[in-house]
Amino acid sequence: MEHVETTDVLVIGGGLAGERCAMEAASAGQDVVILSIVPPRRSHSCAAQGGMQAALGNCLMARGDSPDIHYLDTVRGSDWGVDQEVARIFAEEAPVAVRELAHFGVPWTRLRPGKNTSFIQGRRVELDEPQSKAGLIMQRDFGGTAKWRACYAAAGTGHAVLYAMDSQVIRLGINVRDRMEAVSLIHEGGRCWGAVARCLRTGRHRAFFARATVIATGGYGRIYGQYTTNATINEGTGAAVALDTGIVPLGNMEAIQFHPTGLVPSGILVTEACRGDGGYLLDRKLQRFMVAAEPEKQELASRDVVSRHMMQCMKDGRGVETPFGRHLWLDLRHLGERHLDSKLREVRDICRDFAGLDPAKDLIPVRPTQHYSMGGVRVDKDGQAYGMAGLFAVGEAACWDMHGFNRLGGNSLAETIVAGRIVGRSVSGFAAGSSLSVDTELALGCVRDAEERSRSWLARTGTGPCVYEIRDAIAETMVNKVGIFREGKELQLAVAELWKHLARIDQAVLRSKAPGMNPELSFALRIKGMARLALVTAMGALARTESRGAHFRVDYPLRDDASWLKRTLVRWHRDAAGPEFSYEPVGMIDVPPGERGYGSAARIEMTVPVAEYNSRVAAEQQLQGRHGTSEPTGSRMKWGAATGNKPPHDTVGGMDE
Amino acid sequence: MSKRSGQKRRQLRFEIFRFNPEDPESTPHIQCYRLDETPYLSLYLALNQIREQQDASLQFDFCCRSAICGSCAMMVNGRPLLACRTLTKDLPERIQLHPLPAFALIGDLSVDTGSWFSAMNQRVAAWIHEQHPFDPDAPEEPMNDDLAQAIYEGDRCIECGCCVAGCGIANVKPEFYGAAGLNRIARFMIDPRDRRETCDWFEVVSSEEGVFGCVGLMACQDICPRNLPLLEVHAYLRRRMLAGRRC
Ligand SMILES: Cc1cc2nc3c(=O)[nH]c(=O)nc-3n(C[C@H](O)[C@H](O)[C@H](O)COP(=O)(O)OP(=O)(O)OC[C@H]3O[C@@H](n4cnc5c(N)ncnc54)[C@H](O)[C@@H]3O)c2cc1C
Ligand code: SF4
Ligand code: SF4
Ligand code: FES
Repeated sequence: MEHVETTDVLVIGGGLAGERCAMEAASAGQDVVILSIVPPRRSHSCAAQGGMQAALGNCLMARGDSPDIHYLDTVRGSDWGVDQEVARIFAEEAPVAVRELAHFGVPWTRLRPGKNTSFIQGRRVELDEPQSKAGLIMQRDFGGTAKWRACYAAAGTGHAVLYAMDSQVIRLGINVRDRMEAVSLIHEGGRCWGAVARCLRTGRHRAFFARATVIATGGYGRIYGQYTTNATINEGTGAAVALDTGIVPLGNMEAIQFHPTGLVPSGILVTEACRGDGGYLLDRKLQRFMVAAEPEKQELASRDVVSRHMMQCMKDGRGVETPFGRHLWLDLRHLGERHLDSKLREVRDICRDFAGLDPAKDLIPVRPTQHYSMGGVRVDKDGQAYGMAGLFAVGEAACWDMHGFNRLGGNSLAETIVAGRIVGRSVSGFAAGSSLSVDTELALGCVRDAEERSRSWLARTGTGPCVYEIRDAIAETMVNKVGIFREGKELQLAVAELWKHLARIDQAVLRSKAPGMNPELSFALRIKGMARLALVTAMGALARTESRGAHFRVDYPLRDDASWLKRTLVRWHRDAAGPEFSYEPVGMIDVPPGERGYGSAARIEMTVPVAEYNSRVAAEQQLQGRHGTSEPTGSRMKWGAATGNKPPHDTVGGMDE
Repeated sequence: MSKRSGQKRRQLRFEIFRFNPEDPESTPHIQCYRLDETPYLSLYLALNQIREQQDASLQFDFCCRSAICGSCAMMVNGRPLLACRTLTKDLPERIQLHPLPAFALIGDLSVDTGSWFSAMNQRVAAWIHEQHPFDPDAPEEPMNDDLAQAIYEGDRCIECGCCVAGCGIANVKPEFYGAAGLNRIARFMIDPRDRRETCDWFEVVSSEEGVFGCVGLMACQDICPRNLPLLEVHAYLRRRMLAGRRC
């Protein structure tokens, strides 16, 4: 049948997470197809600059590091929003992931024995690295970590890792289909059977029938329009098709990260490694405001905390005024040409190409910019989507939940590989144990529906609004009202505006009826999904009456562990007028909620004992659609290993399944 | 900027190659658009403005818009450039845009560099041919940082296709690996994690598709937006090949 292809495993997304997952399944003998909007090497993973976290502990400033400490940093960084078991699994496997990448050819920067000059807390220091560690993988400092832990390849880490990963995909002969965009999932009775995709060369649709389907489509930063560090293709289509099923929930969509140093005015990222390597943030008068704000971590507090201090600093009139809005400065001049040319050379390129300046001599104009989506398709520790058998998600598209309400720099690249390995294993296990027992008529029906959507866009006539205008309106609402500082009234306004934008999509009219891929039609087919993602983000933020990590409510400035130690879930039932919200426990608690060590220490304490909280986790998550996992809830936790606390007795071992 | 400040803003005239192979009515032609220049205007911003305000059917490719993903190469006044990092202030008022030659056309300014590069990577087997299987329990093997930097240097290619589009040989000989392909080969050759010896490479490299197909005029080196030392790479490959098939 011309419009239907069949495979064992369908991976939607050819970034790091999708490719690592595909590789695992293909190595286990599964037939794998990867769909991607762009050739895999152009996926946004290639833009990651600074590094990948793993507790290798090779250099002096990393000495004594361990998965225990990495795990603790991750939990604190998340403001206790993570699933702690997932954070534990992650921290344990991250070193293997980095070493495996070395095996695949990543040219990690290596440890140079002898004197290495560094800047730590504003002071120049000479670190004498021992001969015995020469040539091991080097680490650099990043925000919110107790040790130097980010492994890197100059400032092109994502590029180097993605090319190595894609070389393995080529080696395995995996069927990669670029310019193929998944537009809907094929599913019936709570079971997913692949996806319908639209070809971005010809505009034609086809169905990919699969026993197991993986969403690895990355983040959705483009709901903030141009005010993001994300690539133009990060439009959240993966999360949107999952939401469209009406059954699969998205988790913590209100948890949006703003990176402190987006370049002004383009919004292109300047990596955190700049501050990790000793760069300063300066105000209009060239004062280092972060020293007073965070005496301990200074510029290297977590991103949510630094971004808020920057916004406050600008509000207090200490920003630089320009025709492109206010900004602050990033100062790298003291790091020296040699350092900039070796360890931060991509930063130098970006500054030259996009701001016409040289960081060896000039200050860099920066301001906080949307950067990362902590939320996404809610999955369990094996990567299975809640509510739908045969559907998985991995990488930034997923809410596996090792980031909670604030992701630490460098933890995302590490997540893509660690989770890719783990989810790849569970996907191939699932595919091997099931058969494709469904009529192709189901797939053809989905293809016809998708074709009908295109046809109806092309058939519209009249003087309605243009889709790009609606996109810009959504972005304005998100940037102005669902940004870094959030407030109830503003959020209510945002929700009202977003409803209006959503309604206007039905009146929108295409300017071009060109046959083929038609770029305007391609975008029009995504805009409803984007509007819905924006809406559930704003509604989730309005409902969450506390401040946690990147979600900061001016009207509820405290973290509230009594009422809000939980994860937001949102579904949009088929034919329902609006989304439905529910909540689940974040997961079992090993490290009890406490101080992060930066940011504000004030909070509302938990009222139930940890043991009681833990005893409800499995049952309440099952109620939300969590499937049985390969191992019971909590079984991978190393109780008390990181804190020295005694394990909460009745939770050891878990109790579901 | 400073020279022009105080002067009237320029109006730019874009002459853009148009052809939609999916449209039976479409024939290759040049279409003109006018746009008022604004500060910091890049071809990325300009082309999107043209598409959103003047002609919604215009096809082109951008992804990272930060000169790192290699999606957006096109011929700008006859030279292959990354459009996202090209500012109009560095161009004359009349800006001619064509798709890259040597690659299959998808439509207007959009070409299929992806398929070209994945075929090339397949042909030169551009992956580490490992010495031994991965051992998850072992520490990493040490590597001198200078060597790691040298490998990284070769790894910096973003597969944009500029060097291929600008190469006289690659334009007439589709099998030629191009500067990017030769650079890729050298990257794996110097990597001690790859077990291939000179003799394993000989067939691939010393053929007419390989380094001996190149006439060494070095258009590629001037063009590469990543400033890869392609001249050195070619010289290195020649040396290795002329030194003979030692194995
Ligand atoms: C500028 C920047 C710098 C960063 N630096 C760092 C860093 O230093 N360290 C770190 O840890 N993290 C960093 N991050 C975050 C990290 O890079 C990303 O979170 C991570 O790479 C995401 O990988 P992914 O595989 O999940 O998604 P992506 O790499 O975004 O890949 C998504 C894939 O899905 C495909 N796709 C999307 N929708 C569809 C669809 N509908 N149909 C078919 N295919 C689809 C795309 O074509 C693409 O192949 C950075 C992020 C940015 C934006
Ligand atoms: S030197 Fe000339 S012939 Fe050889 S690859 Fe470069 S451009 Fe092509
Ligand atoms: S060698 Fe340079 S010009 Fe050629 S594809 Fe790579 S980055 Fe582009
Ligand atoms: S858009 Fe990525 S290189 Fe230009």
